[in-house]
Amino acid sequence: MTKAEEEFQAKIDRDIKIEPKDWMPDAYRKTLVRQISQHAHSEIVGMLPEGNWITRAPSLRRKVALLAKVQDEAGHGLYLYSAVETLGTDREQTIDDMHSGKAKYSSIFNYPTLSWADMGAVGWLVDGAAIVNQVALQRTSYGPYSRAMVKICKEESFHQRQGYELLIHMCNGTKEQKEMAQDALNRFWWPSLMMFGPSDTDSPNTAQSMAWRVKRYTNDDLRQQFVDITVPQAEFLGLTIPDPDLKMNEETGHYEFGEINWEEFFNVVNGNGPCNRERIAARSNAKKNGSWVIDAANAYAEKQRMKKKVA
Amino acid sequence: MTEQDALFDYCLRIGDSSLIIGHRLSEWCGHGPILEEDIAIINVSLDLVGQARSVLDYAGKIEGKGRSEDDLAYLRDVAFYRNHLICEQPNGDYGRTIVRQFLFDSFHYLFLNELVNSKDDFFSGYAEKSLKEVIYHMQHSTKWMLRMGDGTEESHRRVQEPLNDLWRFTGEFFAVNEVDKILISNGIAVDLNKIKPKWKQYVREIIEDATLTLPTNDWEQLGGKEGRHTEHLGFILAEMQFLPRAYPDATW
Ligand SMILES: [Fe+2]
Ligand SMILES: [Fe+2]
Repeated sequence: MTKAEEEFQAKIDRDIKIEPKDWMPDAYRKTLVRQISQHAHSEIVGMLPEGNWITRAPSLRRKVALLAKVQDEAGHGLYLYSAVETLGTDREQTIDDMHSGKAKYSSIFNYPTLSWADMGAVGWLVDGAAIVNQVALQRTSYGPYSRAMVKICKEESFHQRQGYELLIHMCNGTKEQKEMAQDALNRFWWPSLMMFGPSDTDSPNTAQSMAWRVKRYTNDDLRQQFVDITVPQAEFLGLTIPDPDLKMNEETGHYEFGEINWEEFFNVVNGNGPCNRERIAARSNAKKNGSWVIDAANAYAEKQRMKKKVA
Repeated sequence: MTEQDALFDYCLRIGDSSLIIGHRLSEWCGHGPILEEDIAIINVSLDLVGQARSVLDYAGKIEGKGRSEDDLAYLRDVAFYRNHLICEQPNGDYGRTIVRQFLFDSFHYLFLNELVNSKDDFFSGYAEKSLKEVIYHMQHSTKWMLRMGDGTEESHRRVQEPLNDLWRFTGEFFAVNEVDKILISNGIAVDLNKIKPKWKQYVREIIEDATLTLPTNDWEQLGGKEGRHTEHLGFILAEMQFLPRAYPDATW
């Protein structure tokens, strides 16, 4: 270890935040760019499955709430892209990497939203899982990322409650509504568990990320936390978690759950999920079809600047 | 037509216009040209749907048959909608959306600016509150009209074409029918003739500043205020009303 590296690690060990202007190892910088931009992409791609139902929201109150939620996610994306830029990486570059498949986003958003109950399930489970992840990341070692997490977490917990409330309403509604809610849970449960990433034994970067305190808990720890929080919530709704192996271990006080289908997980991560192509196409078309708008704004600004110069 | 009927109809005209154009804007969600515009356009959409809720709620009270904002939004068919035709026109590309929004926002602003003087307490309060939002809408769409009109050759073309297309719907802003006549006489409704020259002047100025050409065809396509719509509204409602229609026993 060089002297700079030693000093860096010493700071981390004393829980002193690393700031943009501080020296940091290249690999640390790279890890952060990858993780934060992946997080930002997830916020943005995540707008699509929920945006899918905005025009079909069944009441005006729900329509407004969903619009506001999706707008929050756009704001999260914007905020996280700024955090990426503090590391010297251009936002559009990372976006192009996502469109080309080089950069990833959370694989949960490659699943389709098929009924209105999915708007509840996404809020409850997907935002719920995001919160577990992000609460842990509030203490991450990189200052701008940690502060972004504090801000974002407040909104995510609002989303989570909103989604859960939607499901409470549906579960107390007609038979068809309750069936829709159960079906949504059936489809989103396992992908939500996959949101925490591969099992610790298959997660080669975990040790280094933990040493750098980029990560504060392992994937499996966070997943367990999520299951422990969520199972009683499902029971309160009167819904059944689609896992025959799920049971409370009285000794540990934790729920034990069945084997995750990792083959499905790696397939979806590598592009073979139900909606991967649609999601990427939607985002890259938005950029492609919007490029003339950006060109116009730049050309106009330039003309205005020239006018000022002359005047 | 009784005054109550007229008032109900007037509420629908205002509420439906905000709802339908707000709905159109919400179709952009996740597909905007740049993240900042996604956020801006959702904001406008949120404001408009919010405004629609409060007017439709009032409409239900005026009607007195116990219909809620959702009953009115989700259980009326095309012929019972009273929005301006321009509001239901498709988004097209971002240029077309901006032109539609600019023409509507500038009218909407001037309309509310007069509605604050309404003798109806709900309307005056509603106008005052909404005005604070609509002024931003107008600034946003005006700013983009200038940028696109006076931006690149391509962007110029992409706003001039929809401007020529959509111009025919702007006459409807000022078309007066029985409803207006009844409500103007008792100081409730806005005298549309009064705001027409102001609107023309504002729009002409911006079009000129944006180096665009004012359309010369002054043909006016009317009908929305009487429930005679373009073919587009049916599809909007089919999508929007699907759940409450498919599950009539459910609440959401
Ligand atoms: Fe978010
Ligand atoms: Fe969220």
